[in-house]
Amino acid sequence: MNLRKMQTGQSGTIASVKIGGSLGLRIREMGLVPGAEITVTGRAPLYDPVKICINGQTLTLRNSEADHIDVATK
Amino acid sequence: MTAKDSLHIALAGNPNAGKTTLFNNLTGAHQHVGNYPGVTVEKKEGICTHEGNEIRVVDLPGTYSLTAYSVEELVARDYLVNEQPDVVVNIVDASNLERNLYLSCQFLELGVPLVIALNMIDVAEKRGIRIDTEKLSEFTGVPVVPVIARSGKGVNELLKTVQKVSQTGAAPPRTLIRYGADIDEALKDLIPVLEEHKLLGSAYPASWTALKILENDEQIVAKVMLENMKVGQELVDRSETLARHLQDTIDAYPETVIADHRYGFVRSILRQGEVTRITDQDRLYASDQIDKVVTNRVVGPLLMAAILFGLYSFTFNWSGFLVDWMGMCFAFLGSLAESALPDGPIKSMIISGVIDGVGGVLGFVPIIMFMFFGIALLEDSGYLARVAFMMDRIFHFFGLHGSSVMPFIISGGIAGGCAVPGVMAVRTLRSPKERMATLLTVPFMNCGAKLPVLTLIIAAFFPAHQARYMFLATLVAWLVALLVAKLLRMTLLRGESTPFVMELPPYRVPTLKGLFIHTWERTWQYIKKAGTVILGISILLWAMMTYPGLPSDKVADFEAMRQQVVTSADKAEELLRIDQLEAEAGLRHSIAGRIGMSLEPISHFAGFDWRTNIALVGGFAAKEVIVSTLGTAYSLGEVDPEETTSLTDRLASDKHWNPVAALAFLFFIMFYSPCFVTVVAIAKEAGSWKWAFFSMGFNTVFAFSMAVGIFQLGTVLGLG
Ligand SMILES: Nc1nc2c(ncn2[C@@H]2O[C@H](COP(=O)(O)OP(=O)(O)O)[C@@H](O)[C@H]2O)c(=O)[nH]1
Repeated sequence: MNLRKMQTGQSGTIASVKIGGSLGLRIREMGLVPGAEITVTGRAPLYDPVKICINGQTLTLRNSEADHIDVATK
Repeated sequence: MTAKDSLHIALAGNPNAGKTTLFNNLTGAHQHVGNYPGVTVEKKEGICTHEGNEIRVVDLPGTYSLTAYSVEELVARDYLVNEQPDVVVNIVDASNLERNLYLSCQFLELGVPLVIALNMIDVAEKRGIRIDTEKLSEFTGVPVVPVIARSGKGVNELLKTVQKVSQTGAAPPRTLIRYGADIDEALKDLIPVLEEHKLLGSAYPASWTALKILENDEQIVAKVMLENMKVGQELVDRSETLARHLQDTIDAYPETVIADHRYGFVRSILRQGEVTRITDQDRLYASDQIDKVVTNRVVGPLLMAAILFGLYSFTFNWSGFLVDWMGMCFAFLGSLAESALPDGPIKSMIISGVIDGVGGVLGFVPIIMFMFFGIALLEDSGYLARVAFMMDRIFHFFGLHGSSVMPFIISGGIAGGCAVPGVMAVRTLRSPKERMATLLTVPFMNCGAKLPVLTLIIAAFFPAHQARYMFLATLVAWLVALLVAKLLRMTLLRGESTPFVMELPPYRVPTLKGLFIHTWERTWQYIKKAGTVILGISILLWAMMTYPGLPSDKVADFEAMRQQVVTSADKAEELLRIDQLEAEAGLRHSIAGRIGMSLEPISHFAGFDWRTNIALVGGFAAKEVIVSTLGTAYSLGEVDPEETTSLTDRLASDKHWNPVAALAFLFFIMFYSPCFVTVVAIAKEAGSWKWAFFSMGFNTVFAFSMAVGIFQLGTVLGLG
């Protein structure tokens, strides 16, 4: 499932990150690599960006960036 | 390496890993803030003593990686390569090992002499994360020292280790990380070629250069090409073959495959037992609990509005007593000079040029200090990142970043701010294009100095709905600023928006020491760097409005007029009247006056006569000067911006003025060139005067087009 479509509170394991270049690296640098476990913990008041929990830290990314991340949800 | 007496170490690590805290702990008050050459990234340097030896400590910008994609990362790696610090201390957040070690991997690849300072072990312990430092050290091949930067625990041990490493030097880089068969093979092809031709040989290890070529790193590829075009092309071709192969087989880019393998390496370290994690998912850390409220759909925005308004009041109202107090000091100095010095140009220069100029520079200091304190508080506590998170949707639409909101508010997004601290607040933004667009548009906000001018014009021509017009002015300022930002981002500052992917750091109670150091160093930078330029320009502007003085025959004429009134009944009043006429004539005769007059043929398209023009030239010194200069130009003497009744009446009854001309004037004031203090601040923040001049030129042309449009349209419609 695409990260953008996940509901608040839903968890899963990142299956793939389909983008290269600076955004692709940036996403990976922050720990969003295949195999990482994430939980969507909320969204900004205007629904974008999305807030996720990974390894006990909180990350945010825009929906347009979340589009590149596929998650195998539980 | 050159022989040096003192040890030279660099602190590097992820943002929020505790670098600043460790730096402050090591160097205390002995630090110096500057910029890295050519860029606006802050460079902090300090001295610390350990067992009688001096150690020079440099704080590198916090980064997550060492790519060529951001200025900070480029600065960090260039520093490591060019300055060759004796030891690099990598601060690693123990509560967040995985991501932090990703950066450590890249230091290992670069082969710098490394010591890992395992920070925040107190936080990690609370989360049930136990780390076997011995094993971590064994797997990475570098010493690992646990520390708590906040309390200073372990810092002594860290320094001892640093000293030991500096004596033995770096272990030769071992191949620790495997990047998968395809990439490892490509590396094997590239490295011998690099070594054979000694490409970038002295500065970078060949294995690192090869890796960067495969990652398609712009800077390194360019450097290699510059050194040897032919061989460089061969290397790039090989790298492209790899890229195509990976694309075909696993649908991935080399740089991402490399990144994934670095993570693989980090995970293998973590898996091999040096970390025991007693995960307690229920007690999901306090931060998340706070976030549930603070970023809540309804409560979040309200709370944010309250906090931003609080920051604003704190900056401008609480600093008020200091501003007033300084104003009084400078007024006192002025009156001292007034009575002590003989009349003449020197006296005038000292009072109107130097004392007012220094007063102008220092007058901003309390505001800047309070603002930076407020921002440091929000930044260190972790709240600022939440503001960016909540506001990003709106600001991103206009090509800006969620963090842009603060500079806008401080500049006058709540009417009455000041663009100087506003421009300086832009440094909390890390995305270069968004940052520049913010920098160029915050001066459109209605700062406190524009308010008396707006009030004057509104009172004279739209007296019925003053409050409503003031409110409208604020809305228009926001609208115009955001639209211009969008325009800039679609033209001059075109380009992909910087990724927003960022960390929301856990909430923490800021330390007072940290807050004060933050506040002081930034304020001092303003005084030191901007102060001198501002003083110079202030004297120049004073000279422009004073010289050349009236020719002697004119002065004699006024003197003769004075002689005549000696007999008159209202002697004092008549004399004052003559003084005011003389002041007007003097202003008209000055350089500023001549500029104003010569611009009239152009400015009349917007309905401005020469008096208005002079006032607008004066407004470049500070916007509130527009009021006093208008007063002089209308021979009313210097009008106090706080008390403008005489000027209001004069304008309202003047035949040159009408509501349309007034509206055009209002728009022009709101949007034309920022005052020169702001311009200097823009030059400092942008890192070049080019953007400062751009801001003067662009804003003036833009504001003038609007004013002409309004005036012409209004006149055609017969509203004047
Ligand atoms: N509990 C704890 N907090 C720390 C420690 N080191 C730093 N901090 C806090 O972590 C936050 C971020 O630290 P800072 O030095 O600003 O990080 P930087 O972004 O790497 O410079 C601050 O609020 C510090 O007070 C530590 O060892 N333990």
